[in-house]
Amino acid sequence: MKNLEQLRVRYREQYRQKLSRPRIVVGLGTCGIAAGGEKVMEAIRERVAAKGLDVDIDFTSCIGMCYREPLVEIALPGKPGVIYGDIYPDKVEKLIESVVTGRPVFEWAAMQIVEDGVTPYEGLDIMESAPYYEKQVRSVTSRLGRTNPESIVDYIATGGYEGIEKALKMDRQAVIDEVKKSGLRGRGGGGFPTGNKWQFVYGAVGDKKYAVCNADEGDPGAFMDRSVLEGDPHAVLEGMMIAGYAIGADEGYIYCRAEYPLAIKRLNLAIAQAEELGILGDNILDSGFSFHIKIKAGAGAFVCGEETALLNSIEGKRGMPRVRPPFPAHKGLWDKPTVLNNVETYANVPFIIRKGGDWYAAMGTEKSKGSKVFCLTGKVNNTGLLEVPMGITLRDIIFSIGGGIQGGKKFKAVQSGGPSGGCIPAEHLDTPIDYDSLGALGAIMGSGGLVVMDETTCMVDVAKFFLNFTQLESCGKCTPCREGTKRMLELLQKICDGKGEIEDIATLERLAKVIKNSALCGLGQTCPNPILTTLRYFRSEYEAHIIHKRCPAGVCSALLVYVIDSAKCTGCGACARACPAGAITGEKKEPHTIDASKCIKCGACIQRCKFDAVTKA
Amino acid sequence: MAACRCGENGYGKEEAMQKLLDQYRDYKGGLIPVLQEAQNIYGYLPKEALQRIARELRMPFSKVYGVATFYAQFHLKPRGRNIVRVCLGTACHVRGGAKIFEAAKEHLGVGHGETTGDLRFTLETVACIGACGLSPCMMVNDDTHGRLVPGVVGEKLEAYK
Repeated sequence: MKNLEQLRVRYREQYRQKLSRPRIVVGLGTCGIAAGGEKVMEAIRERVAAKGLDVDIDFTSCIGMCYREPLVEIALPGKPGVIYGDIYPDKVEKLIESVVTGRPVFEWAAMQIVEDGVTPYEGLDIMESAPYYEKQVRSVTSRLGRTNPESIVDYIATGGYEGIEKALKMDRQAVIDEVKKSGLRGRGGGGFPTGNKWQFVYGAVGDKKYAVCNADEGDPGAFMDRSVLEGDPHAVLEGMMIAGYAIGADEGYIYCRAEYPLAIKRLNLAIAQAEELGILGDNILDSGFSFHIKIKAGAGAFVCGEETALLNSIEGKRGMPRVRPPFPAHKGLWDKPTVLNNVETYANVPFIIRKGGDWYAAMGTEKSKGSKVFCLTGKVNNTGLLEVPMGITLRDIIFSIGGGIQGGKKFKAVQSGGPSGGCIPAEHLDTPIDYDSLGALGAIMGSGGLVVMDETTCMVDVAKFFLNFTQLESCGKCTPCREGTKRMLELLQKICDGKGEIEDIATLERLAKVIKNSALCGLGQTCPNPILTTLRYFRSEYEAHIIHKRCPAGVCSALLVYVIDSAKCTGCGACARACPAGAITGEKKEPHTIDASKCIKCGACIQRCKFDAVTKA
Repeated sequence: MAACRCGENGYGKEEAMQKLLDQYRDYKGGLIPVLQEAQNIYGYLPKEALQRIARELRMPFSKVYGVATFYAQFHLKPRGRNIVRVCLGTACHVRGGAKIFEAAKEHLGVGHGETTGDLRFTLETVACIGACGLSPCMMVNDDTHGRLVPGVVGEKLEAYK
């Protein structure tokens, strides 16, 4: 068998030389680009050229601090790399100046990255002890924001493809045993032990087998897989190759949603690069093992994230789930034994093979090993991507890493697991999170989206939002899901409109239970979770809507009453002029009043009032 | 009548379709990529194109139609040159995504799924575009715009001709 040692030595040297030169690196993941990263890149190129500076300009993917995008790193030889946040083109001039003077612009710096043997700058957070990163681990995300995702040189120089090289020298069963030992469980939400899944496919009889990667990340509020695909595409390929070798597959598919064009572009590039070096394709490294990877772009159907629906979609059919058994391990893609894992699961595999299953199992809790990537969004100060050891508490994630709630408001709930998950209230913030503890709370780990909600979020409205989503995305194959989601949505709409009756709660609960037990696939079986958890933890809000016809969070417009505080009103008349319904009346310089029967609750008066005299309750 | 030459690379749409169908004729599970490419050629999926795909890939028209109507990405009616997709995912929802959608609706004068009369814009909503860290956000074609407030939506849209 050939080995990659020579190549590795050469690439490591190239990579070392890259790091030894002054460089400016711009974060260009989808989030960086959305925040204007490309314009910043352009401005940097222009200024560097104009000044004739001898500086390299490079790009990387998302380091995780979405809340400070666009991010720019400036690293000078022998000095720490300084990460700057909120860099817009108008700040570029001053940043370039700092390259010339060698003095960082501390007021814009978010943190510094200090390599061994380098003296840190004083008065600037070092990444490992910065508030956002202190409680994180960087394992599967270790290359994100550090290497150039479109460079195979960077990948190989940082240990890439060592896993497949090592695996090819191992017995196939030994590879599976190593994954079993790591305790890795499916990161797509289900949490099925990955090693066991591989074992089933290994043992299944078939002349042809497939390894499929589920990159159809459809949960609203989740972008872990996008970040990994955009930031470390080779790791996903390598993980699939290792899986393919272990189970005896020679072909793999990545099913990626079409909404992620950048991820698809970088995957295609990575495949071409690996094929050119003979790491992917026929007779890999002269080992006799061949593996080909194809990319299938999804066509916009949430249900395709369900494994059997995904297989149907790859086959060119409507993405509807299949009845199980038979399971994909025995009859999967084109009825051949198929192993299906998600992006993050595959991306973990090269690290596990390289560093050993024991290394991985040392992180995490007894039943959930390793680390997990989460996306923290919603009404929290620091939104972004983070990787933490299993077993950390939600409080640590939201208040230490996330920096607490925006605007100093009160925390109300965190929604975990997207439309299949549930809302977890404040009293459970100290639960150590793993697959089982979240399940016990009625939520699920899901793929890792965490949406934080504060006191201004109405929980009935949130439940309605998710049901609206699942109802639209229900494929229509089985009755409980197709009809049930519709009926539950109607009931929630009725409650939000102030027409709810107290029996509706019991009806909702009964429907939820029936759908959970009888729907065909994961979409239907989990879609009642948002309702069940909000009913469990926030029942009083439902009751307020139904009995008192009030929305405590002030969200459901049908239940709001707009009033003018006569003590604050100066009688300027601005609200009366803004009101499209002519509901506001009053004498000049006298407090005005709102006629509730005419008010259409559009909120124009609140926006117009300079004295905060109009309130809704 | 002269053949249409408005496609890319000097090909007409018909030639592009033929090349596409030849490429995927014996490809396992090729229907979805064929529909995706055909939509790139025409901008939408005209009835004639669907019929031709069914004929050439040797499958019932009902299957082609079934797949084309199952996935949100496929459109059987002409669409605007610029596709505006306002995100109404969870993270955008709690940060006011609905107000962004209202602003886009008002600016373009069309509702959800509708196209402006001059075929310049089609307005849609999307459940999540994975840029939740920058919510609320919208996508215009392949460009993602984040941290929006209703006031800037019109200005962002006007950049697309």
